[in-house]
Amino acid sequence: MGNVPTAVKHCLSYEQLIQDYPWLKRLLLEEKEIVPTGVKIQLIDMLSGTGLPVIEATSFVSSKWVPQMADHTDVLRGIHREPHVRYPVLTPNLQGFHDAVAAGATEVAVFGSASETFSKKNINCSIDESMLRFEEVIKAAKERQIPVRGYVSCALGCPYEGHIEPSKVSEVAKRLYEMGCYEISLGDTIGVGTPGSMFKMLQSVMAEVPTNALAVHCHDTYGQALPNILIALQMGVCVVDSAVAGLGGCPYAQGSSGNVSTEDVLYMLHGVGVETGVNLAKVLEAGDFICEALGRQTNSRVARARGRTL
Amino acid sequence: MAAVVRLVNRSALGSAMGQRYVAFSSAAKVNAAGLRAGRTLPDKVKIVEVGPRDGLQNEKTIVPTETKIHLIDMLSASGLSVIEATSFVSPKWVPQMADQVEVMKGIDRKPGVSYPVLTPNLKGFQAAVKAGASEVAIFGAASELFSKKNINCSVEESLQRFDEVVRMAKEAGVRVRGYVSCVLGCPYEGNVAPEKVAHVAKRLYSMGCYEISLGDTTGVGTPGSMSDMLEAVSREVPVNALAVHCHDTYGQALANILVALQMGISVIDSSVAGLGGCPYASGASGNVATEDVVYMLHGLGIQTGVDLSKLMDAGAFICRTLNRRTSSKVAQATCKL
Repeated sequence: MGNVPTAVKHCLSYEQLIQDYPWLKRLLLEEKEIVPTGVKIQLIDMLSGTGLPVIEATSFVSSKWVPQMADHTDVLRGIHREPHVRYPVLTPNLQGFHDAVAAGATEVAVFGSASETFSKKNINCSIDESMLRFEEVIKAAKERQIPVRGYVSCALGCPYEGHIEPSKVSEVAKRLYEMGCYEISLGDTIGVGTPGSMFKMLQSVMAEVPTNALAVHCHDTYGQALPNILIALQMGVCVVDSAVAGLGGCPYAQGSSGNVSTEDVLYMLHGVGVETGVNLAKVLEAGDFICEALGRQTNSRVARARGRTL
Repeated sequence: MAAVVRLVNRSALGSAMGQRYVAFSSAAKVNAAGLRAGRTLPDKVKIVEVGPRDGLQNEKTIVPTETKIHLIDMLSASGLSVIEATSFVSPKWVPQMADQVEVMKGIDRKPGVSYPVLTPNLKGFQAAVKAGASEVAIFGAASELFSKKNINCSVEESLQRFDEVVRMAKEAGVRVRGYVSCVLGCPYEGNVAPEKVAHVAKRLYSMGCYEISLGDTTGVGTPGSMSDMLEAVSREVPVNALAVHCHDTYGQALANILVALQMGISVIDSSVAGLGGCPYASGASGNVATEDVVYMLHGLGIQTGVDLSKLMDAGAFICRTLNRRTSSKVAQATCKL
């Protein structure tokens, strides 16, 4: 969140990226400071008051890789835990899992990939090797009755491999689900998907994983996130990932947007008569707060339309 | 950080969208919903490029005539088959379009491409024909207040004015496209009844407009209001004579366009680089970007005849000239990999 694009937080090998893309280092260094812990806590507390049922709070990756998340324990301990709201945290491996539990985590997430190359470049191992790692986490989580959410990245395309076969996505999704993940979030990591590729991918995954265990995590890099979400909803998916103010750029496309903004998703969902339990006005306030704290403009069109420009 | 929105009441999606979207609460019905999602979309979509007129009209910088001509020529070369070239309104009201005659005479008219121009009244129509126009467009509104504030007359009065233009156009063998604005909401009236939109669309179609473009002028529409409105309008006007003109002010344009495609619409208006802000919401975006629409359509396997990279060249050109950032996300995504 904040200076470090969300994708870097939970997908990428930071050092590998810096080595391969020096422009990225410049971009990251230009964003001067790491977001203070107090600001993160306040943002999460504001989001807790909006009606959102799940808020991904932080990441227990090594702070060597993702300095932005170095304060993971302080964040988890500092937030006000609203009843009926869940605060999952990322745990790439058993070490991260134990640290998360020690810090009070009650839900965790693991990140797989549908692309071999992405997996190798990102977490330095093949998909199969990563599954073994996740299996350990899931086993340990089961023992403590901690739910695990599984993510599959590159579900609609890979920055290295290009096209990804829907069958590969469903294979990885199925493995995570059978291992014990209660929900699988299918991520269009570089936002290249369209309703056409979303439909084909979901058809394939739905043949292997129950629809009510699926979520979509769309990036808006090519402006396709909302129609992609719409088609997913039409196909029965009813869990949608998004980021307030559309925080988190795309490290693969300089200057581009990344995550779809929660405000824009809510506006659409409410417009089609779907109940989300979320108060859009309060989400807008949380978006205002974090954009002001970061000194940047919101990526949410709804926020901009309501006159919230910096 | 990621927030997860969980749809608490799935069946609400079904009831809001009517029988076309069934409740997802039972497995048996999932297939039906999937059918909607997988419904046959049009094989081909015609894009009506409104950047040079609707787009530039809403840009603050006055653009030199040669730049406009060059933009239109670049767009012609990208494969677009309809490019709204200029507007024959009084330059007193719209200074950006003061060079309407020079533009019409200066552009390279590619065979097979149509260059409609706006003509708010008979005088504008006559000037347009004199300047070589072979297709014109007239703009009605579904909202009384908007009509009064915008063109200083009621909806009924405007339709009578348009009747004159359409009759003259028929005699001159000139095609007329009708626009209806505020179809999903009005900046003054708020909600606009779908029946009102249908009424105005029907009148324009019956008068002789070959196509009716339904405009979400302030971009407030969502797939819910879009489908309700289209259902009402398509009862009065054949669906193959309808087009949608979506604004992206609230980020809903592509989702709205998707629903329109699912309902049989095969003509989409858009503006290169998303030119043209929203005059009702300072700093907000306006027209949906042609690049983003074409990206989605091609991803759906729909033919448009448009070469996306040439289109992006045209977008890059006009943004450089206007010294502004493109509003197209596709254009912004300069992938380094």
